[in-house]
Amino acid sequence: MPSAPTPTTEARGDRAAPRKAGRRFDPHRFGPVVGLVLLLIVGTALNPDFATWDNLMNVLTRTAFIGIISIGMCFVIISGGIDLSVGSMAALIAGGMILLMNALAGSVGSPVAVVMLGMLFALLLGGGFGLAHGYLITRGRIEPFIVTLGTLGIFRAVLTWLADGGAITLDNDLSDAYGPVYYGSLLGIPVPVWVFLAVSVAGAVLLNRTAFGRYVQAIGSNEQVARFAAVDVDRVKLLTYGLLGVCVGIATVLYVPRLGSASPTTGLLWELEAIAAVIVGGTSFKGGEGRIAGTVIGAVLLSVISNILNLTSIISVYLNAAVQGCVIIAVAFLQRRRP
Amino acid sequence: MSEVARYTRRLVLGAGLAMTATVALGGALGGVAVAADTVKLGVSIPAATHGFTGGIVWWANQAKAELEKAHPNLKITVKTASGAPEQANQLQDLVTVTKIDSLVIFPFESAALTQPVMQAKKKNVYVTVVDRGLTDTSAQDAYIAGDNTAFGRIPAEYIAKKYNGKANIVALRGIPTTLDNERWEAFTGVLKQYPDIKILDGKYANWNRDDAFKVTQDFLTRFKDIDVVWAADDDMAFGVLKAIEQAKRTDIKEVFGGAGSKTMVKTILDGSNPLIRADVSYSPKFIYDAIKMTAEARLKGDKLPATYIIPSSLITKENAKEFYFPDSPY
Repeated sequence: MPSAPTPTTEARGDRAAPRKAGRRFDPHRFGPVVGLVLLLIVGTALNPDFATWDNLMNVLTRTAFIGIISIGMCFVIISGGIDLSVGSMAALIAGGMILLMNALAGSVGSPVAVVMLGMLFALLLGGGFGLAHGYLITRGRIEPFIVTLGTLGIFRAVLTWLADGGAITLDNDLSDAYGPVYYGSLLGIPVPVWVFLAVSVAGAVLLNRTAFGRYVQAIGSNEQVARFAAVDVDRVKLLTYGLLGVCVGIATVLYVPRLGSASPTTGLLWELEAIAAVIVGGTSFKGGEGRIAGTVIGAVLLSVISNILNLTSIISVYLNAAVQGCVIIAVAFLQRRRP
Repeated sequence: MSEVARYTRRLVLGAGLAMTATVALGGALGGVAVAADTVKLGVSIPAATHGFTGGIVWWANQAKAELEKAHPNLKITVKTASGAPEQANQLQDLVTVTKIDSLVIFPFESAALTQPVMQAKKKNVYVTVVDRGLTDTSAQDAYIAGDNTAFGRIPAEYIAKKYNGKANIVALRGIPTTLDNERWEAFTGVLKQYPDIKILDGKYANWNRDDAFKVTQDFLTRFKDIDVVWAADDDMAFGVLKAIEQAKRTDIKEVFGGAGSKTMVKTILDGSNPLIRADVSYSPKFIYDAIKMTAEARLKGDKLPATYIIPSSLITKENAKEFYFPDSPY
């Protein structure tokens, strides 16, 4: 492939442009922020209750699941991959950890210990599923779209089978011990929001300040060139899927105490919400370039839209999805790249 | 083993004879049904993707087990599908491969399944449609359904009576469908007669616990004084209760679900949650009733009434026992 380096040089040149522009004020870079601020103003104007602390914490807490998954998804998309299975994976992890905790409740004395074991299991299961995706994609040479489309069906079907079509419910005393992980707060801020914040900071550091982050971007930008530059492409890709799996595990750990149950509708369409948050936040769907901060704002933006729609009734409920669609397209337009 | 073989032979012979008889008599008497020696009944239902359809699958298999035991000359085949196209394909297989002579079908979508069912009926399959009516009713011999109007009317009447015609209500809706519209119109229709009952708003929560939780959180932020939440589904009621618990609101006096799931009926029976006092039945057991009625009528050679609505009733502490099925997954 002697011709490969030429397009890369061009690509590098391309990416240099927005970096230079970053020093001046580039409105496109701030598209998602502008969109979010506008939404906040509209929300407050429509219903003063929107701007209350309680409502904002409600919104941030419910964003935490999708937000944490989006951060993992951001790495996968930057590396040029995709994962469609995250919603089903969350559902299966939720079901699996509830079954495990219910089973352990008899033999392990303290409910807190049972919950700790359940949480550990969720993270390991998530990481395991992610690595399995990574192996199938890198060693098995199957398109990520197909691998994760396949597991999307597998995970949800296994959960439905485990639940016998109904719901898997956490035992009551375990539920009480586990409750604070979702409902508790620290310094007035709910626990899931703290975790979301921690994962975001860790994600940003990993992407922008480490060799791994640079490799992820290099692979997404041009896999061939990254390979020539002695980047262990397969290993890095494998790790991005593993990382996303762990993120799904963290999200599930926060999700389970909310309702204390998993059912076949758990995590339905989370994959689309997570992908939308990443793209709305300014990450290129083609890979190579992305932002963690943008992803966080994208995730918050998506849940603010439905919050505002719930707090008002000026628009027919039949049109809710249309409003969401319009806002998503408008924000994507604001942060569009110059050709 | 030999008994099975003998039985199979008899079955084939019987089916052949029955068919000849039907054709002969049908010609002479103009389609009067004839008692069949054997009945091959196909059951086509949605796969278990949430609590209610999980119940449908469980009750269908329950009917198969009980009826096949009671009637040795009855063979029931249960097929579950996860979408309308898959259901149409299964229908073809049931007719051409399994060679069913009777069908009980719970269609995914009315419009999409009308033609495939019509094709089956043209091959002399007796068709009972359950829950969702076909767009062309000539494709069905009988229609058995739960009462969606009562599903909305009963809670409305209950609330109006209990709160003496004065209450603030917020409502959850399912997924935009004709079924949901029927319930909603029946609910709001009754409450229009009470000027002091206000329906503050109704939003879709997709018959889903998580969405119900979110929508309720927002309702609680928006409205400071709510008396009753009409959750319109027991799964959604679960999410509603969690959201109320989190917000520590004490103004809400009652949460009314719907369908009569096992856990809700148990809660009413035990009186374990002061917010849950009543429910309306819309049990997935109707698939069991439909299979039983069809099979028994076909074995006798009878026909079913063209339309049969299984009544929905109000479940309270007094009668909750009759609606409690601990073995069912729903």
